[in-house]
Amino acid sequence: MKAFGFNLQKTRTYEIDTTHSPCEELEHAVPSFRQCMFCGSCAATCSANSHIDFNILRYNLLFRRGTRQEIANNLDNCMLCGKCSLVCPRGVNTRAMIMEMRKELQTDKP
Amino acid sequence: MSSAYHPFVIPFCAGALILFAILIAKFILWIHRLSANQKRRCLRNIVSWKTLAAIWECIRECLFHRNIFKRNFVLGYMHLSFALGWFLLIVVGKAEASCYSHTFWEEPWMAIFFRFFEDGRTDYWKPGLFTFVMDMLLAWILSGILLAICKRIYSRLLGMRRTTRHKWYDRVGIIALWSIFPCRLLAESVTASLRHNGGWLTQTVGDALAFLPAETLQLPLWWLYSIVLCLFFLCLPFTRFMHIFAEMLLVFLRKWGVVEEERETGYTSVEANACSRCGLCIDVCPLNTAAGMHDVQSVYFIRDIRQHSLTDAVADNCLLCNRCVEVCPVGIQTTMMRQIHRGMRKDEDPSKEYYSYLPQGEADKTGYDVVYFAGCMSHLGGGIIPAMQTIFRKSGDSNLFLDEGKNLCCGRPLRQQGYTAQADQMRDKLEKLINQSGAKKLVTSCPICYHSFKQEYNLDIPVQHHTEYIRQCLAEGRIAVRNRSARYAYHDPCELGRGEAIYDEPREILQAIGTLCKVPSERKDALCCGHSLGNTALDSRKQNLIRDEALQTLCADHPDILATACPLCKKAFLNGNRRLPVRDVAEIVAEQLQ
Amino acid sequence: MKQAADCIIIGGGPAGLQAAGRLAQAGYHATVLEKEETVGGKLNKWDKLFPDFYDAKKLKKQLEDDCASSDVTLLTGAEAVKVEPESSMWKVTVKDGRTLSAPSVLLCTGFEPFDATRKEEYGYGIYPDVISSVELEAMIGKGEIKTRNGRTPKSVAYIQCVGSRDEKTGNHYCSVNCCICAVKQCIEVKQILPEANQYCFYMDLRMTGQHFEERYRESQEKYNVHFIRGRVSETALTQDGRIQVKAEDTLLSRPVKMTVDLLVLMVGMEPSPSTRHFAEELQMSDPYGFYLSQDHESDDNITRHAGIFLAGSGKRPMAIPKTRKDADAAAWEIISYLKQHTR
Repeated sequence: MKAFGFNLQKTRTYEIDTTHSPCEELEHAVPSFRQCMFCGSCAATCSANSHIDFNILRYNLLFRRGTRQEIANNLDNCMLCGKCSLVCPRGVNTRAMIMEMRKELQTDKP
Repeated sequence: MSSAYHPFVIPFCAGALILFAILIAKFILWIHRLSANQKRRCLRNIVSWKTLAAIWECIRECLFHRNIFKRNFVLGYMHLSFALGWFLLIVVGKAEASCYSHTFWEEPWMAIFFRFFEDGRTDYWKPGLFTFVMDMLLAWILSGILLAICKRIYSRLLGMRRTTRHKWYDRVGIIALWSIFPCRLLAESVTASLRHNGGWLTQTVGDALAFLPAETLQLPLWWLYSIVLCLFFLCLPFTRFMHIFAEMLLVFLRKWGVVEEERETGYTSVEANACSRCGLCIDVCPLNTAAGMHDVQSVYFIRDIRQHSLTDAVADNCLLCNRCVEVCPVGIQTTMMRQIHRGMRKDEDPSKEYYSYLPQGEADKTGYDVVYFAGCMSHLGGGIIPAMQTIFRKSGDSNLFLDEGKNLCCGRPLRQQGYTAQADQMRDKLEKLINQSGAKKLVTSCPICYHSFKQEYNLDIPVQHHTEYIRQCLAEGRIAVRNRSARYAYHDPCELGRGEAIYDEPREILQAIGTLCKVPSERKDALCCGHSLGNTALDSRKQNLIRDEALQTLCADHPDILATACPLCKKAFLNGNRRLPVRDVAEIVAEQLQ
Repeated sequence: MKQAADCIIIGGGPAGLQAAGRLAQAGYHATVLEKEETVGGKLNKWDKLFPDFYDAKKLKKQLEDDCASSDVTLLTGAEAVKVEPESSMWKVTVKDGRTLSAPSVLLCTGFEPFDATRKEEYGYGIYPDVISSVELEAMIGKGEIKTRNGRTPKSVAYIQCVGSRDEKTGNHYCSVNCCICAVKQCIEVKQILPEANQYCFYMDLRMTGQHFEERYRESQEKYNVHFIRGRVSETALTQDGRIQVKAEDTLLSRPVKMTVDLLVLMVGMEPSPSTRHFAEELQMSDPYGFYLSQDHESDDNITRHAGIFLAGSGKRPMAIPKTRKDADAAAWEIISYLKQHTR
């Protein structure tokens, strides 16, 4: 689709049509990835998040929406301590999710 | 001395030569690939009693299989008949051939095909005895083969719920091995029926086969025997049977002080090749017994390494609970190998500083008695930290609560997943903080951190798990507990029990307060709670299945309270049962302080 | 009238039929007035019911059979226009001039879907491929989901709370059923169009009933429905005739824009015209036009008028199982009333 409207400048708006790409690989490796309901308990308990902006549910969302470069450089701040997995009410395997994203984003790099 | 040669010895000789060439090449490669540190250890210990000890262990384990015997008598017998039986067959056969030839340097194949080449002379030492003993040995090995076939068909007969599912190459090797001795029996028997030179077994079988055209059968059977031997020799380096030789090398290296390091070395390859794929690790693996996963156990993991077909699913699916390490008759550090191979599948940049965000500041040096490190998981439950604070108050030890901000990790979870460089960076930061504190000791509530501090840190002060600390305080009379008529079942956390051999301290503490229940699998045999941080691939449903299995054994004796010493185990059991209160040993003590 | 009615039930939807059946079972005669040519009410517009995909036709049949097997008079095409007291009875006037009287009247006049043209910014009635959840249900019932010009949609978006929780339309209340209804429809659409991407814009997801949360989870896990937290602010037509929606992704704190082939508005529940009419006429209307019961807590089926009773979604948005239980409770109230006042 051609961009329409007043679109001379790059906006903060993200467009799902252009960014949304299937997460098949991730969903295959970590099926629970889909179950997130974005309650934020992972981010609340995260040790890294208390020092820097490390928001696991946000990474889940950004990855889904295809705006992935934002997270590529942050994922390795994770200490893998596993508290997020323990508090998740939906049983999302957050550590596996982070490791898999890290792997995929690393292979995406040129 | 008559010349003993026939073309049918060629396959055997060729096979043996190729085998030894490959073996020597592999051994050289592995030793070459040892790390500098590992090589140094070998050189330092090669001329010492440790070498003798290694030889003794080789005899004990590689020939007599004491470890398998301890575990399972029938299985031990089976391996003994193969290993010791065949070994003796070679040694006695060699002696027989040498005696017969009146020289030590007879043709190398003479011993193997002796019955064919001997001409009926009896002018040597005890020919009858040799014939008798050789038949005995052959019969013994054949009994082992019979058991092996039974085990393949129905493993429970030999006390194994599951045995290894082999790939085709291993099956070829197994069939070759199984065929060697029946072929030998037939060849010797047919020769015996022609020349009447057999023993109690071969002659009996030979006479029974007298109706066959022995003249025409004799040579083909000896050919077959030679070819089967050759086939087995050629299979050996590429199948499970490599363990016969690799295990011996492993025993020596281990005795000389070589251990697995963080990265792959020649020792990792030796360990991989030393696995006999006996499958003892399958029945003890909680992923198999509770979660119904039958293809990720150490035996398959190691096989995949050797076949270069390791997948993430297999590499990641391990709780690192160390139950397989406990039963492995070869003593392979399977869980360390997992960590190493996970690391090989990860992408890290050691030059990058990963945790620059962590606190840099110096810990204040106020001469604390204790640095307390609760551990991430302790922060998730409300009970342990206040309990420890109460105990510190009572014991009079001033303490620095290092991770009060809930934001420090010991680095072990990273290490378990193979992020070695990142774990090292994490360790360095925390190590500095601890060493700067100037306290007298470090106490932690988390077995994972404890194991990490013990194994991976270079600390100036001693480390105690809180059960050790409490036990010591009780012994020194600095705290005292009331007795209460409660019955406790104690769950051994993997990292504390099998990881650091802390079995008695928590039990002694609990016995000072109440009584201990019987738990069917405890101490080294304790089950994993399923929520181990070591496995990132397991979904929560399977974690819960493993937890339920552990819970079942813990409840066998109807305890009043389930006690453990790990915040993660505690959390797992709390989530998983509605019947039983679950407490950390520290909480139990804090409640009963006088 | 062969037999004098003990109760006149206005509205032959799930509430009316359920109450009629219950009264008949207890030996009381009910006459049901249904303004349409067929009974069943909104059940006729629905294919499967949330959360367990219960067949709406099957349920309607059960309700009808209950009435048929007992002594219930069903009058269809009979729209009640007036309810007034007459001596100790209530007189009900039908549009064609007939009058009926009975000692009690049960108002089951229900709801109507919110008219989405009022939310102009969503483009309903302007852009052809903006449809309401009721229209989507009809497509699901036919097993064929197409855009207006016959294309198979590759992406479908749902907007929750259209006409609910909205100061601008005057409806402050939550319509209760739309959240789970969207989940149900997402699953059904995915079954019909396995290739379609589905996005559901929501403010909160209120999964309060039995199996609701499980269904929601299943829609994510198994059907890969994407839930985006944020209310769509506006829509536009793209040059190729698709619908562009704009919202704030409140979890990312960033505006989001997307283009879809089909936009489904999860319309809320408003009082039906009959509900508004009787609520006003009998002076028992709540601020939105729904019936006001005597006491929400303990007398939820009776009104300020002795002999006038209430059941179902004429009082407030309600799902079918709750409506039927409400009708049961109303039947019980009516029986107690009749026992006291007529014998």
